[in-house]
Formats: sequence, C-alpha cells, structure tokens
Amino acid sequence: MSLAAARSTLLALLLSLLLGCSGRGDEREVVRFWAMGREGEVVTQLVPEFERLNPGIRVDVQQIPWTAAHEKLLTAFAGGVTPDIAQLGTSWVAELVALGALAPLDASIAGSTTVEQSDYFPGGWANNVIGGRTWGVPWYADTRLLFYRQDLLREAGFAEPPQSWTEWVAAMRAIKARGAPRDYAIFLPVNEYEPLLALSLQQPEPLLREDGRYGNFRSPGFVRASDFYLSLFREGLAPPLSNTQISNLYDEFARGHFAFYISGPWNIGEFKRRMPPERQDDWMTAPLPGPDGPGASIAGGSALAVFARSEHKTAAWRLVEFLSRPEIQLRFFALTGDLPPRRSVWNAPVLANDRYAAAFRDQLERARPPPSVPEWERIGTQLRIVSERAVAGQITPAQFRATLDADADRMLEKRRSLMAREAGR
Amino acid sequence: MRRASRAGWAFAGPALFMLGLFFFVPVALAFALSLTDFDLYALADLGNLRFVGFGNYAELFGTPLFWKALGNTLYFVIVGVPLSIGLSLGAAVLLNGGIRRLSGLFRTALFAPVVTTLVAVAVIWRYLLHTRYGMVNYALAQLGIEPVDWLGDPNWSMPAIILLAVWKNFGYNMVILLAGLQTIPADLYEAATIDGASRWQRFRHVTIPSLAPMLLLVSILTMAGYFQLFAEPYVMTQGGPVESTVSVLYFMYEQGFKWWNLGVASAVAFILFVIMFVITMIQLRIARVRGAI
Repeated sequence: MSLAAARSTLLALLLSLLLGCSGRGDEREVVRFWAMGREGEVVTQLVPEFERLNPGIRVDVQQIPWTAAHEKLLTAFAGGVTPDIAQLGTSWVAELVALGALAPLDASIAGSTTVEQSDYFPGGWANNVIGGRTWGVPWYADTRLLFYRQDLLREAGFAEPPQSWTEWVAAMRAIKARGAPRDYAIFLPVNEYEPLLALSLQQPEPLLREDGRYGNFRSPGFVRASDFYLSLFREGLAPPLSNTQISNLYDEFARGHFAFYISGPWNIGEFKRRMPPERQDDWMTAPLPGPDGPGASIAGGSALAVFARSEHKTAAWRLVEFLSRPEIQLRFFALTGDLPPRRSVWNAPVLANDRYAAAFRDQLERARPPPSVPEWERIGTQLRIVSERAVAGQITPAQFRATLDADADRMLEKRRSLMAREAGR
Repeated sequence: MRRASRAGWAFAGPALFMLGLFFFVPVALAFALSLTDFDLYALADLGNLRFVGFGNYAELFGTPLFWKALGNTLYFVIVGVPLSIGLSLGAAVLLNGGIRRLSGLFRTALFAPVVTTLVAVAVIWRYLLHTRYGMVNYALAQLGIEPVDWLGDPNWSMPAIILLAVWKNFGYNMVILLAGLQTIPADLYEAATIDGASRWQRFRHVTIPSLAPMLLLVSILTMAGYFQLFAEPYVMTQGGPVESTVSVLYFMYEQGFKWWNLGVASAVAFILFVIMFVITMIQLRIARVRGAI
C-alpha cells in the first residue's frame, strides 16, 4: 500500500515538475508521448522534423525503460495521468482496452491517406484489433524464426533449410548423429515459452476457446505442437537448459554445439557482432518450418496507440501518421534495426538486399497474433513455468496440458463471469 | 486519578490519532481488500469487484511461485541475518577496542553504505559482479577460482544478493552495537582479566551478556527488514534468473503492480505480516527465557 502511495506521489511530483518547467512562453499544443527503451531514445531524433511540419505542435517524449513500462502505464491509468500517445507492447493492448484506456482509431484510419491497412502485415495488424475495433497502429514488427548453421546443415546432407517438421527432424537427427556426444541439434531455452508458442500458433485450433473463455491446451493442435516440442528434448536433439545455464550462446553456436536456434530480429545484429569472423558466412536465417510446409510464427512488436483521456487526440493521431510514413519508417529501421510493419517499406534496397532480413519478410506474412485477452501474459508465464517442468520430466505431457487448461481456466474465471453478466444484460 | 488519566489521554491522543489514521485504518482497508478479487477489471469499473472471502489466501497456498518466493525469502533471512549481525558485531568490537587511531574514519567509512542510495550502489555492484569484467571475479581468478556468473546463475544469484544486502546494511547495526559496547564498564573486563579470563572468554562472558538487549533489538530490526527484501532483487535481477531471487515482497509487487491483482497482493502482505509477527514473538520469548530483557 505504501508503495502505491509513494509511487503515485512521485509520479505526481515528477509530472508537476515537468509541467512546471515546460511550456512557458510556448503557445504550441503539447503532445505527451511515452516511448520505451531504445525506441524512446531514437524517436527524439525524428521528432524535430514532425515539429517542423506541424508548427502548432510540440512533442514531449518521455523515455521509459521496458522493465517499468507496463506498471507505469497501469499506474498512470489508475492515477488518471495517461499520456496522449504511447508505444505499446502487443500483449498490453488487450489489457488497456479492457480498462477503457485507449481511443478507437477506426475513424482516423478510414480518413487517413498514410495509414493503409492493406500495406501492413496481417498478423501485426490483427494484434491491435479487439472486439471489432482497431486500437493501435503497428510501429514495428517482430516475429521468431530459425537461426541456423548453413555449413553444419550442408555437411549433414541438406542443401536447403527445412520447410516442414519432417524435414526439420530429419536434419536435426543427421546433425546430432554427426556431432560429438555432447553436441545437440537445436537450442530451445527452457525458460522461454516463445518457441513452443510459435509451434502452437501453427495449428488450426486457437489457444483459448469460446472467445477466450477457457484454455484450449488439450486440443489436437496443441497436443501435436507440444508433443513435437517435448520429443526434441526426449530424443536428445535439444538440451534441457535455460538461457542462464548456457554461458555464451554465440560461442556455443559458433562451436557447433547446436545448429538451430529460434529467435527474433534483434539477434541479427548480435550474431553479426558476436559470432567470430571466420564463422560469419556460416550462419543464416530461415522461416520457421511448419507441420507440413512453411509454418506460422508469433506476431509481435510494438504499436502506437492514442489514449481515451487525451485532449489532444487529433495532434496525437498526426504523430501516429507521421511515424507510419514509409520514409520515416525506413529511417527508424536505420536507427534501431526494428523491422518495418509495412510491406512497401521492405521494397527499399537496404531491406530488400539484406540477406538476413529476407526470411523475416517471408515469416511476417505468416505471423499470427497470440490470444488477445488481458490474461494472456499471465497464461504465457504459466506456459513457461509448466513447460519447464514437462521438459524436466516432472510431469507427463498429458498432465502438462491438463495443468495448463486448469491454470488458464482459473485465470479466465473473472473474464467468464463478466462476459456472462454482459450477455445477461 | 481520573484527572491524571485524562491528561494521559490528552498527551497520547494526537499520536494515537495519527497512528490510527495512517496505520490502523490503512491496515484494516488492506485486509478488507485482501478479501476481494480487486484486479484489472475492478480498476476499470468498481462494479466488477467481488467479495471472495479467504479465496485469495487459498489460491496463494496453491501457487508454487508463492512457495518458491517464501523459500527464497527464508534463505535470505536465515543466511543474511546472522551474517549481517556477526559482521556488525565484529566491526563494532574492532572499532571499540582494536583500532584506536583512525576509529572516526573507519566508523564513517563503514557507515557510508547505509546512507548511500541503493540504486546507485546497485549500479556499482553490477559492475563488481560482472561475469567477465567484474572485480569480484578478477579477485577470484587470482586465487585460481573459475569465474562465477553471479547474477545469471540461479545458484549464485541469491548469494550475490545476500552479499550486497549485508554490505549495505551492516553499518547500521554496527553503530547500535558500538553504542552498546561503550556502555560496558571497563572494570568488568579488568575483573575478568585478573581472574585469568582469556580474550575470547572475556568476549563470550562479559561482552555478549552485556550486549544481550542490544543484540535482541538488532536481531528483531534486522529480521523484520530482511523479511521485506525487495529493492535489492528489483534493481539487480528483477527476480531472475529462473525466479531464484523472487522474494515474498517482490512477488507481492508483481501481483499488485504487474498484474494489478491488488486483492491477491494484499493477501500476500498479510501472510508476510503474520509470519514476521510470529517470529518476532518467538524471539522475544527466547530472550525472556534467557533473561535478556
């Protein structure tokens, strides 16, 4: 309790300081923009141009570290001090919509010549559509796919990266058979749930059923995905280790302790920087294999959203439009390495000729959003904790799925009861 | 008599009023909150708030992470409190007798961590504990010990947090114990020396019994403080790796401010309160039996 009080007092104090020392003798309309992490640092370089094009608007960027961003948004809502516009992680949109904190953007999008839905990758866009309305515009895209060792795959007799699970397993077995006894074929950190989530999203059944009322972890699709995932550990193709137990991922990858790794776009830069020079030509990215042919993956990234309580919605929308302009997105990519969510931006030579990014371009077309309910992040955390136990063999696959369903049903209980009440009205 | 008691109430009144307003009322409200399912939906609309009785408590006891947090906290308390008090006592004894010349300087130096902000200290400690470039591992390497991934290895993360917390806090207890040491009459030591007591015997049979009330106070304060472990993991590890540094308070904070389950978070606060209350009672009982108070 005292923490909450201290936090809101601090927030109020900071805000009063902020408001107190800004705007004196400045007649411009102020748009408060919260951006997270690296994006928050970089966006300040784009803001001057926006202010030049819109002389009546001043953008007040506040940088928030990712680790504190989620709490800060919720605390700001509780305290009634939400910003005008913010960068949102995809899993937060559902929460903020449930709170009624966001303003729907459908009318603005319909009237916009810049933000064209057809130009966006469908999965990234779908992340922001809840209850038939659009609450955010993708700012950058994120997904997971394969990082792999071309040379090891070739030596094992495979010229091309695998496209289906069957090919994938065959390649992994061949690699494992050729390697030293303590080598593996793939590294799936047991403290990450994203690889399993990506495999699950390749299935036709949704992860939650009846409009997010119940868990759907005993569906044939999740059974297939989780059995496949667990079999990789059981067969000894993947080590049952977490990210923290492996001293240096890049070293181990370079030494060939494993040949496949499922990760996201930020690792392109890391691999370029941290793989030894003599191994730089040996690694490559490929779309994620699916049950039969190229498969789906997770649609992630960040969106820009306008807040319901904002008194500067028009100005905030102008900023959204500005940041969505293809040439600005290209500059944003150059500054951050964040992948653009719009197809047209990918035609630019810098992206079209990037051999590591090509697989992401392909994968983004097939990226699917995780369930958009406010409880999803908690269910995802549970997926990580329980799957770790299944990998360790503490529970059987059937128990694993039953536990997940029970946990998800418990977490969704309130949602069910509210939906029932809503329907009864 | 009645006039005296009225005067007593008049003097105690303002303090009681403030205590009631800022302690008992919030505590009662927090308890009431712990019987509801206050969550994200209730934040959106108070009409979504439901009374769940002791449901939150029952749910907590079935949550593995809560037990893990409790285990981590006990680990921290059981290792950290004796270590902290032992270090404080050692430093106080040294300052009181051993180092006469620069005792003022040392007293200030050893007390400095207490008055430094934790966040600033944490930045330094993160450098010190860095796996590859940290001075701690550099020193260990000189002794031929392999580098330790202090904040990344689940087995070493809690020792690292304990190290930081003990270093940060021992100065406070040291000052209290130092004050206690200075009240012990010198003739007690003189008499013991004449009776042929060794240095250790004097410490064991003169210093410790004379310090008993101070040690009781220090142990209660330290334990209460250490049970409320939060800031250290918050700034150093965010509860990781693999939940190895999630303390009860950190768990409460995540429930409250990450998931916004304020009902559950209040229940955690009450469970922690009960645990600390019981342990403090046990400490007082032991002290009373031993005749320390």
